[in-house]
Formats: sequence, structure tokens, C-alpha cells
Amino acid sequence: MVASAAVAALALGLSACGGDSDGDKGKDKGKDGGGKEGAATVQLPKLDGEKVSVSAVWGGSERKVFLKVLDEFEKRTGAEVSFVPAQDPIISFLESKVAGGQPPDVAMLPQVGAIEQAVANKWAKPVGAEAQKQLDKNYAKGWQDLGAVDGKQYGVYFKAANKSLIWYNTEVFDNAGVQEPKTWDEFMQTAQTVYDSGVTPLSVAGAEAWTLTDWFENVYLSQAGPEKYDQLAKHEIKWTDPTVKKALTTLGGLFGKKGFVAGNALQTEFPASVKQTFTGGDQPKAGMVFEGDMVSLAISETKAKVGTDAKVFPFPAVGDASPAVVGGDAAVALKDSKGAQALLTYFASPDAARIWAEAGGFVSPNKGLDLKAYPNDVQRGIADALIKAGDDIRFDMSDQAPQSFGGTPGKGEWKALQDFLKNPKNVAGTQRALEDAAAKAYKKS
Amino acid sequence: MTTPAAGGTAAVPPAESTPHPTKTGPHRTGPRRSVTGTRKTIAALFLLPALVLLGALVLYPIGYSVGRSFFDKAGDFNGFDNYETMFSDDGIRTAVKNNAIWLVAAPALTTALGLIFAVLTERVRWGTAFKLIIFMPMVISMLAAGIIFRLVYESDPDRGVANALWVGVHDTFAESSGFPQGHPGARSPLQGAGGGAFITKNPVRAGEPVVLPLTGVPPDRMPDDAESARPARADPAKVTGTAWQDFTRGKGRGQVNAPDAAEFGYPGIKIEAVKDGKVVASTKAASDGTFTLPKEADGAQLRYPASNFREPYNGVDWLGPSLITPAIIGSYIWMWAGFAMVLIAAGLASVPRELLEAARVDGANEWQVFRRVTVPLLAPVLAVVVVTLMINVMKIFDLVFVIPPGSSKDESNVLAVQLYNSAFGDRDAGVASAIAVLLFLLVIPVMLFNMRRMRREAQR
Repeated sequence: MVASAAVAALALGLSACGGDSDGDKGKDKGKDGGGKEGAATVQLPKLDGEKVSVSAVWGGSERKVFLKVLDEFEKRTGAEVSFVPAQDPIISFLESKVAGGQPPDVAMLPQVGAIEQAVANKWAKPVGAEAQKQLDKNYAKGWQDLGAVDGKQYGVYFKAANKSLIWYNTEVFDNAGVQEPKTWDEFMQTAQTVYDSGVTPLSVAGAEAWTLTDWFENVYLSQAGPEKYDQLAKHEIKWTDPTVKKALTTLGGLFGKKGFVAGNALQTEFPASVKQTFTGGDQPKAGMVFEGDMVSLAISETKAKVGTDAKVFPFPAVGDASPAVVGGDAAVALKDSKGAQALLTYFASPDAARIWAEAGGFVSPNKGLDLKAYPNDVQRGIADALIKAGDDIRFDMSDQAPQSFGGTPGKGEWKALQDFLKNPKNVAGTQRALEDAAAKAYKKS
Repeated sequence: MTTPAAGGTAAVPPAESTPHPTKTGPHRTGPRRSVTGTRKTIAALFLLPALVLLGALVLYPIGYSVGRSFFDKAGDFNGFDNYETMFSDDGIRTAVKNNAIWLVAAPALTTALGLIFAVLTERVRWGTAFKLIIFMPMVISMLAAGIIFRLVYESDPDRGVANALWVGVHDTFAESSGFPQGHPGARSPLQGAGGGAFITKNPVRAGEPVVLPLTGVPPDRMPDDAESARPARADPAKVTGTAWQDFTRGKGRGQVNAPDAAEFGYPGIKIEAVKDGKVVASTKAASDGTFTLPKEADGAQLRYPASNFREPYNGVDWLGPSLITPAIIGSYIWMWAGFAMVLIAAGLASVPRELLEAARVDGANEWQVFRRVTVPLLAPVLAVVVVTLMINVMKIFDLVFVIPPGSSKDESNVLAVQLYNSAFGDRDAGVASAIAVLLFLLVIPVMLFNMRRMRREAQR
């Protein structure tokens, strides 16, 4: 009880008190939400016989649920929706589609930069009046702005990612006798105690450097503040700035501590980093793993249950407040068709969000969505934190950067941070490498 | 004995005799008709589809790539800028270097291995079955082979076969210790002594029980005979103490620097008494963690030698930056040694046995026969294999694309992968075309060599 009260007092309100009974309650609530599905909150036009195509990079379980969301749209409008699987980077995929004269009606773009590119290439069509009405009703200003270019609304953020979370194995924490930390110092202490208990505290997916950029962004946003964060994202301040040095030193203190990071992090891929945290009974290869809410999808591939075996706490506050780094997939219309606009309206409504929310592994930026729709307390807590962060959210910095700097394996920021993970003492060298790569990439774009 | 020889001689004459009529043909007949008697226009008509295809699918793209390489990303003319970028970019320079390594190592090793297999399989009874097995990897697609080897080279010995073998061999010679990850907790009387050893901050006295608390040994690595840790009894004639894991599950440290009943001793952990840098006595702890040292240890510092904490050996970092290219070449050899073997075995079948017999009669041993007779006779076949593999290696893509994890992608870079990255990652068709041109120029000498050799073969 004490623990839950303390957690409730958290500004972010991430409640992680999910015993068995709570889990069951969560399920019942989910069913309730399902029952209300019939009560549509948005009116969609009749589109009998019309064909609408949607392109997204989702595969596996994500794709399956997304198809369910689209089925509901078909049922309501009578339109025929086809899913066009795309490859990463989706912008290149769309380029070939546009060049071939057959762009999909709507594309789900995973980065702010991709929306800007789509607008610059004159592919994207602005959001219509109906969809805009839904946006105004359901979305915080911060989220709307992320989908706008030069004051004009293009994107509807359908799926959000809260990238400021640390997941932990509850058994490891129990055995070590530690609580969820709230500040960086507490976090380091927790890690030390977990290490003393005979478990490596941290699993880092160093083979996929986007996790490393997220590490840096969380530390930086919390330590240097949102203004500096925005400046660095636009490369208005250099990577050799003292704030970067401070953030890297903080991060290096964690990565460089002997025994803190689970073996061979540079070859650990993201799914493996999660798996090794939640398999192996009370002796997993690591006790904690950092990343966004998509971790819960990877956990579902293990025997561990989110809410009982796996819990989550917000990224500890390095500076004054915990950071809220987000990502998200925005729906953007590429054709001026009625179907495309209707689909955007649908995506902006709570109805579409509810279907995926109930299936799990999904967080919606839609504040109109009843939190009861989420299948468990953990998901609900993540969503709640995201909605409460309101306009203070910051989009993933590397996703805002030019692709060659923030999104190419073996290059730019990705490479520099991997080298940093290999040698966490080399702060100055990492800064230099980052600045060199950034100078080149930002000049080109 | 006779069949291969007969087959060889029977196969060669037609191949030699066919070119002759075409060569001498035009001299004998009129200028308007060719050997077969068809008119030139008809011949051209029949050639046209092939020429159009060749032009559209080979010549035009080559020309277009060459042209495109002088334009930038957006399509504006920029002279030799792309070539400048190409040779100043670190990634591309690594790619050129790696391509050179590939070009030297892969065909040579593959051919050597193929030669060994071919010669050996000829002599064993189940040669065909053996050949079949060696050849099998060839039928797997490069992509699938890449995925297989990604798993083979996995660093975790529980998942990667290569490391499982390596660690297995290593551990039979050097076993890991019982207390990996052991380390002093906060406020410990111990401190690091360099090289992974831990030593007491102060000298110990006889008659005052010593505590040597450590933390961090994973419970599943603790020796099976570990019992509840107990404080040592004081003995004025001896130095006594306890070595144990100062950590209670679920409670943290418990009573700091004092053994609780819920905490376990370190049975068998080695303790040394050190005076002026010399070991004066040493002992091992009992199952409840207590230990006793003789009187000489009085006034010495107690030390846990580093051998207690040796980490389990984790094998070789195959996919790490330094070994990644050799590792990928290894997987390439696995795939293509069978191909080399089959070609060489076919060549071997046509080697006249009399020569080998003659050499043996003259007193040559098997190595000399192989070195001085078989290999020189096989030289043309070996050249074909090496050149084919060279061309193949020059454009290697799939394996290098699939095997390396993100963190060693740039160390394993080769030109074909860089071409792909430039074209579809950076979406810079200019630089990509420049790389394509470079690749084309690199292939030309090998192609010329191949053509000359073929022409010579035809003339023979």
C-alpha cells in the first residue's frame, strides 16, 4: 500500500501496483470497453465500393491488430481497405510508389522528419475539416504540432510511443530488496544493490543503436532541459556543447561501471535485450531494460507477464524532472480522396484507438480515449503519463535529425554512440565524432 | 582407370575441332553467304533480339551509371565530386580495403580447400557421399546461409555453435572459478588490489576474528555445499575469520559486514595472508565460510587472489569489429568450397593416370606426385575456379548484408553493400553510381584475364 501511495504521488502517476487481482480487474474493464464499441463517437461518411489503401511498416502482431482497426473502418463505411506493407525507411518506399504513379491513399509515417519530407516533396495532402475537428477535440497542442509543417496540419498521430520507461524484473527487485528509483542517484544505487545481489543490473541493446540514442535523449532532456534539447535537435548548438559533455559523462558513469551492463551489449539486439531480462527465473542475465512501451510486445514473447513479472517505472529524473521523450506514427494522406480523409478522421477518433488499445502493446496520444480501454495497469500508466505530459513532450531527437545522422546503422550518431558504449570514458572523442557527423549531415539536408 | 582417360580424350577432340570450320569457313565460300549458308540480313534479324536485350539490359545501364556518376543527389552536374566523396568517405575506404581482403583471401582459401577435398575424396571409398555433403551448402541461398551463420557466430556459447565449441575446448584446459562477479560492497573492509584481487585495508591480528564480506556472486553459481555463514571463533594462537556473501535475498545487505544466518559462506574460496608483498600463508574457507590461518598471518593483510573471481570464458567475439570480415569469409568458404571441389574433381578425372603412375614408378612420394604432377596438370582448372570466385567475391553482398550486427556493420563494409546503402539509405544515386563504376573498373582486369584464357583454350 505504501508503495502504491508513493507511486500515485508521482507527478507522472505511473501506477505499477499490479497484483493478480488488479490484473483481473483490468481485464474486466477491457471487456466493458469492448461492450461499448458499438457507441461510435465519430460519424463517418458512407463510402460503398470505394477503395482505400494504407501503407505502414508494421509487421507481425502489430500488423494483425492494425488490420483489425481497418476492418472496423470497412464495416462502418463500406469502403474496401487494403494494407500495403512497406519497408524501412518508408520514405524511400513511398518514393518508389509515387514515382510509379500509385501512392497509397494514406501512409503511416514514423518520424517527424518523414512528414516534413513528404510535405517538401509535395506528396502530403493537408488534413480536412472533419479530421481537424477530431484533432482539436482529442489531441493536445503538442501532439498536433508534431504533425504540422509550417502551420499547416498534415499528420494525425495514431500510435504513440513513450520512450522514457525502464522495465524491470520484479523478482530481481524483490530479491535485491529495492524499490523503483525516482532520481538518477537512486537509480545508480538501485543498480548497485541489484549488482550486489548477483544479478547484472542492466540490459542494453547496443547492436541497435536507436536504443542508445534514446538513452542519450532521455538523460539530455532531463538534465539540460527542453530548450537546449530543441536547439540540439536543430543543430543550433554544437555537439561539443558542455551540456552534451555533462550528459555523456552521466551516461558513461552507468555504461562504464564494471559489471553493470549485461555481456556483449554491442551484439545484443533489442528483442534479445528484453528477452534476457525476463527469462531465466530469478537469475536473468539482467534486471532492468530501458526502452519505450514496445518492450511489452517483446515481453509477450517470453513467459513473463506484464504487470506481475515485469513492471515499469518512468525514466529517473537526472535534472529537475523526469523526461518525456516520445515517438509516434502519424497517418498522412497522400491522395485527395474522400476515403483518405475519412480514414484520417477515423484515426483521430477514440474509436480507432480503442480497438488497438484493447489488444495491448499500444499507447494512444488521444486524450479522448478512456483509459479503461487499456488491458492492464502498466499500459494504462504509460498512457496516463503520456497524456499528462501534455505539451511538455519532446519528439525523439534522432528521428528529427537527417537520416544519415540519426538513422543509419554504422554511421553518424548511431556509430558514435556505439563506440561510446564500447569505451564510455571517451566523452570528448564521442562529442567530436558526433559533431563531425552532424556538421556533414545537417549541411547536406 | 581407363574410363576417365577415355572419357577425357573423347571429350577433347570435338571441342577442339568445332572452331576450325568457322575460322576457315569465310575463305572457302562467297562473301555474301556464311558457313551455314544463311544470308547476312537473316543472320542479323536473328541476332537482333539478343542485341536489343543486351543493349537495353547491359550496355545502356552501364552507360547510364557512368553518366549518372557525374551528377549529384538532386541530378545537377557536379563533375568528379562523387568520386572525390567516394575516396574521402571513411565507410567507402573501409569497403575498398575489405574488398581487397576478400579478393585475396576468399578465392585462394576456397580453391585450396576445394583442391584438398577433391584429391582426398578421390581416394576414399565413400567419396561420392562425401562430395555430396560438401556440395550441399551450395544449394542454400546466400541469404539463408547468412542467417545460419549469424546464429553460428552468436557470442553467447549457449546459442552460437562456434563459441560453444571454442568454450568447450577452452574450459577443458582452464576452468572458470567458483565466484565470478564477487566484489566488495559499500563500506567494506576490503579494497581492490589490482588485477581483480581484493585485500583487507588493515593488517589482521591473531585472536580477533576477521570478516571478509563480498557481494555479487549469483546464487546459481554458488557452490552446492555452501551453508549459512557463521562468525569465526576467536583463537589467540591463530588468525580466524569468515568469508561469505554479505547479501540477504530480499533484504539487501542485512547486517553490514557481519554474517547473518540467511547469508551463505564461500566454501573453497582461497585466502592468502600477505606481508610485504609476500604470501606467508594461505587457506581455503569451510562450507560455512570460516577459515583459520596459522600464527604467521598475524600482522599480515588478507587477500582474495584474483583466481577466485575469474569470469567464465565467453569465447571469441566473432561478430565483433576485428573478426567480422574473417568470420564472414569463413561462411563464404563453407558455401563455395563444394563448388570448387566439384570443378576440380572433374578436372582431376581427366588427368592422365599414366603420368601419375610414371612419377610413382620413378620413386616420387605422394606429396611430390601431388605437388609436381597433379597440381601443374590441374593449373588450368584451378585458374578457372579462382577467376570465377574472384568475380563472385567482387560483388559479394548477401552475406555481408545479413551477418554483421549493427555495431560492426561499417567494419565489415564492402563495395556492393556500400553501393546499396548509398543508393537506398542515403538515396544518393550519384555516389552509388560512382561506386558502381569503380566496381566495374575493378572487374575489368579479371574479365580480360578470363577472356584471354578462354581464347587461348579455344586455340589449343
